[in-house]
Amino acid sequence: MKTLFVAFESDDESRAGGFCEALGQPWDSVHVPADALSDAAATAVQAAVQGHTHIAAVSSMRSKDVMARVAGLLDCGMVTDVTAVVSPTVFERPIIAGTVTATVEATASPVVLTFRPSSFPASGQGPASSTPLTVGPSLVQRTATNVRGGSRPDLTQAKRVVSGGRPLKDAETFERVIGGLADKLGGAVGATRAAVDSGIAPNELQVGQTGKIVAPDLYIAAGISGSTQHMAGIKDSKCIVAINKDPDAPIFEFADFGLVADLYDAVPELEKSL
Amino acid sequence: MKVLVPVKRVVDPYAKVRPLPDGSGLDTASVKFDVNPFDEIAVEEAVRMKEADPGVHVTVVSIGPAECEDQLRKVLAIGADEALLVETTDAMDSTVVAAELAAVVGQLKPDLVLMGKQATDDDCNQAGQMLAARLGWPQATFACKIVSQGGGIEVTRETDQGEETLSVPLPCVVTTDLRLNEPRYIALPGIIKARSKPLQKTARSTTAVPKTRVVSLKAPPPRPAGRKVGSVSELVAALKERGAL
Repeated sequence: MKTLFVAFESDDESRAGGFCEALGQPWDSVHVPADALSDAAATAVQAAVQGHTHIAAVSSMRSKDVMARVAGLLDCGMVTDVTAVVSPTVFERPIIAGTVTATVEATASPVVLTFRPSSFPASGQGPASSTPLTVGPSLVQRTATNVRGGSRPDLTQAKRVVSGGRPLKDAETFERVIGGLADKLGGAVGATRAAVDSGIAPNELQVGQTGKIVAPDLYIAAGISGSTQHMAGIKDSKCIVAINKDPDAPIFEFADFGLVADLYDAVPELEKSL
Repeated sequence: MKVLVPVKRVVDPYAKVRPLPDGSGLDTASVKFDVNPFDEIAVEEAVRMKEADPGVHVTVVSIGPAECEDQLRKVLAIGADEALLVETTDAMDSTVVAAELAAVVGQLKPDLVLMGKQATDDDCNQAGQMLAARLGWPQATFACKIVSQGGGIEVTRETDQGEETLSVPLPCVVTTDLRLNEPRYIALPGIIKARSKPLQKTARSTTAVPKTRVVSLKAPPPRPAGRKVGSVSELVAALKERGAL
């Protein structure tokens, strides 16, 4: 019984200890180069699998892209977005936008897992070995890359997140109001699907069932009504603040602190008072 | 060019769904079913490709019980040419779906498999990548833009940090993200036309068995009730008291 942890980001290994400890077995770590494309990366991971019963990675778009392909190459089962380890073969994960928790058994070995590090303590033993992967050529060719995000902390790892919804009129207003408060808090910026769809926020800021899952110490939702899809992405936040002028917005049922107010008044006032 | 679009029947993604009291399954008695929204985006994209190039032929496929015919008729109404239902009530996970889809690909020989990045019921996000691996085909997941380009396609895809563009040779598997398009409103003529489009039913052609099993379902623990505050200063005080600031 041994885990192969697949690191995609330089700090992934430091986020894996709690999960690997929950599995209760030693683990080796391999690092996928940042520019490796999915097919070539999956083939390289497959070659490193031998002797391991579990192949695991931190949940992200990149790990889902590559790890599900690894599972396909190995013709083995996969459990995505694990939030609890019941036993080395039984896991919990959210389904249906987080409204239901499923207990899933892996009935074959090996099994591929992606897990949410926010659900596991940061402590834990380090890997027994740590090796960079050599990745061969890909069937596809990358012709352009557009990396955004700037100087703010990574959304999925930030201790504080400020998110905005559709009531923010345009991209400039969104950046000024939501971005302003986020910067004051040293936090990241998030957005609802509606805000992304209407073009006032870029897609990589989308928080929710089909966007990013966040679990900061403080989540401030401004002008967000609280759809099931959005709540799926924030429900593990330690403290949720909702600012919305509609007193009946469903987000007030989830928020630790709710303020019924116009975000254009309340958010700048909050920013000033910090 | 032949495009195959797998379509999954899912519980209404906008309905509130609860587990049964004994945890053995979902309480779906009063919930309607619909096409997985990401698959609908894939069908829309395939139909747009067909509208731009009459040489494109779009086949939709579903794997599941007889009721999946409803969802296949809906996507035929969007504009797909024909449908295939692999009829089964067997327990499935993504590995079984990928194996069964690979068999369909072997039979129909599409140039492109276009499918949703995830289903909104199990939220797994696995089947497309598993299929591509089985076939040894290149993949492009989380597509937000697809452009035909000579003998291949150019796919712009969402990444954790932004976007990237890939030049992908055919045949390949592409999975769709939200921003790719906005599925059209289905007008009555489309619905009527869909009734007479070919819909073929077959049995499963693989013996693949699931490698994961859902043991039980439960509602997640509710968040403790919060409270309303009357002003920004009260909010700041409450956050300080809580240690959140």
